[in-house]
Amino acid sequence: MDDMYREQILEHSKYPHNFGTLDAPSVSHEEHNPLCGDRVRMDIQIADGVITDVRFSGKGCAISQASASLLTDELIGMPVEQAKVYSKDDLLELIGIPLGKNPVRLKCALLSLKALKVGLYGVGHIHDDDDD
Amino acid sequence: MPTLSTFDVVALRREFPILQQQVNGKPLAFLDSAASSQKPRQVIDCLEDYYRRYNANVHRGVYKLSEEATFAFERARGKIARFIGAYSKREVVFTRNTTEAINLVAYAWGGANVGPGDRILLTLMEHHSNIVPWQMLAQRTGAKLDYIGLDGDGRLNLDELDTKLTEGVKLLAVTHQSNVLGTVNPVAMLAERAHAVGAKILVDGAQSVPHMPVDVRALGCDFMAFSGHKMCGPTGIGALWARRSLLESMPPFLGGGSMIEVVDLDSSTYAEVPARFEAGTPAIGEAIALGEACDFLANVGMEAIHQHEQALLGYALDRLASVEGLAILGPQDTKDRGGAISFTLDGVHPHDVAAILDGEGVAVRAGHHCTQPLHRYYDVPSSTRASFYIYNVAEEIDRLAVGLEKARKLFN
Ligand SMILES: Cc1ncc(COP(=O)(O)O)c(C=O)c1O
Repeated sequence: MDDMYREQILEHSKYPHNFGTLDAPSVSHEEHNPLCGDRVRMDIQIADGVITDVRFSGKGCAISQASASLLTDELIGMPVEQAKVYSKDDLLELIGIPLGKNPVRLKCALLSLKALKVGLYGVGHIHDDDDD
Repeated sequence: MPTLSTFDVVALRREFPILQQQVNGKPLAFLDSAASSQKPRQVIDCLEDYYRRYNANVHRGVYKLSEEATFAFERARGKIARFIGAYSKREVVFTRNTTEAINLVAYAWGGANVGPGDRILLTLMEHHSNIVPWQMLAQRTGAKLDYIGLDGDGRLNLDELDTKLTEGVKLLAVTHQSNVLGTVNPVAMLAERAHAVGAKILVDGAQSVPHMPVDVRALGCDFMAFSGHKMCGPTGIGALWARRSLLESMPPFLGGGSMIEVVDLDSSTYAEVPARFEAGTPAIGEAIALGEACDFLANVGMEAIHQHEQALLGYALDRLASVEGLAILGPQDTKDRGGAISFTLDGVHPHDVAAILDGEGVAVRAGHHCTQPLHRYYDVPSSTRASFYIYNVAEEIDRLAVGLEKARKLFN
């Protein structure tokens, strides 16, 4: 547990980066976690195939908020094609906490990635590895 | 620490093998019995004995093992009937759980008795399993759903009965004890009111049958649904109780073996109740072990169990009141309230609360507890719930409170 709530996670959850919304995002998508009712919305600005700005909003546990915060930092400046293949493992490595095999907490950690992927691919095209 | 019980809790705890372990280096404090209870040795042994010694299908074989299995299975039905005050064991239908029992009523009774424009009255504190089957019935039949709301204290707003429980309501489906708020609803009074307008009443007993003396006859209800796994029994077995004449008036639910009399190529005649509602091979060992769980609980005494939980509840309400930023959903005192306490903690998400408590060896539940409408009413997406049972002790509540303080500090 103490591993899970490391300084970085606590900092990002208390003071998330890129929190908010964009006025006219190229892509915007919200995902819900039916297990706990949490939601994360990702607003993405795209120019010339590159993500120029990202904001996330919503409510969730420290893990989901910190993960969204870390993910948005990572995305700004990234080509869309690269973002589309940004994987679950990439994000888990970035978060760097031992979520182990806890499927509930994994859902929390990956909610923002799911919002990103569904947003970028269009609803109905969720990449397999977003959701297990 | 208050004197809690008329029974020796420390000795009783030893009957639960699972409670003897450490979690994250700390003794397990299991505070999630509202989701599923732990099982005493007696029940585990009973289940094992069936599989080791007399496993065979019921109601079929003429050989010794099948006879023994059938006898034990039917004896368990009788134990369950006695446990809830039924007139006869023929009034007890084995199901997988509460959810299946409610679906059985919605399908079999609902299909035959509910039509376009009829109303089904629910409450805002129902578990999804006492909402969704009625929504499905309403979609099939054109019936309408209505909900009794809550008062500021987390109890049913009984003033709404005058306008909502009126002619045209075919069924009132209500939980006996809320799995979130702990609120105990006045079922006997509600049964009278429902019958006065010609409605039937289904009681979701998932949280009451395990925790307090329940007498279906005294309550005057028509249907009672409950789950074995929440009352020291195995998973995969539960029951529906209904008055025999009512069961006899109902068409079957699932079709198949065991529920028939004569099968022709185009049609069949159906078995007597309760067999009519028990298609296919049932969870035999689990049913027998649920009977054993009833013996176990009855032996401790349901009134004693209730008193024990009331004492824990009182202690917990006091103890949690001292945790800064903690807000309890539902009644704040022990009156007409059972041992499930859901709360929010300022600045800390329920998942984080539960994860931090897990680190302390304290198991609680975080989420919406299958009551999204109720959480929406309280305007929170989720909450943390601690719930108590026969084997919990006040020291575990102290550990809960200490863990909550720790969570507060970490996030503030
Ligand atoms: C009040 C209530 N009703 C129904 C259920 C559903 O029980 P089961 O999942 O055993 O069918 C539960 C348990 O989660 C409950 O607490």
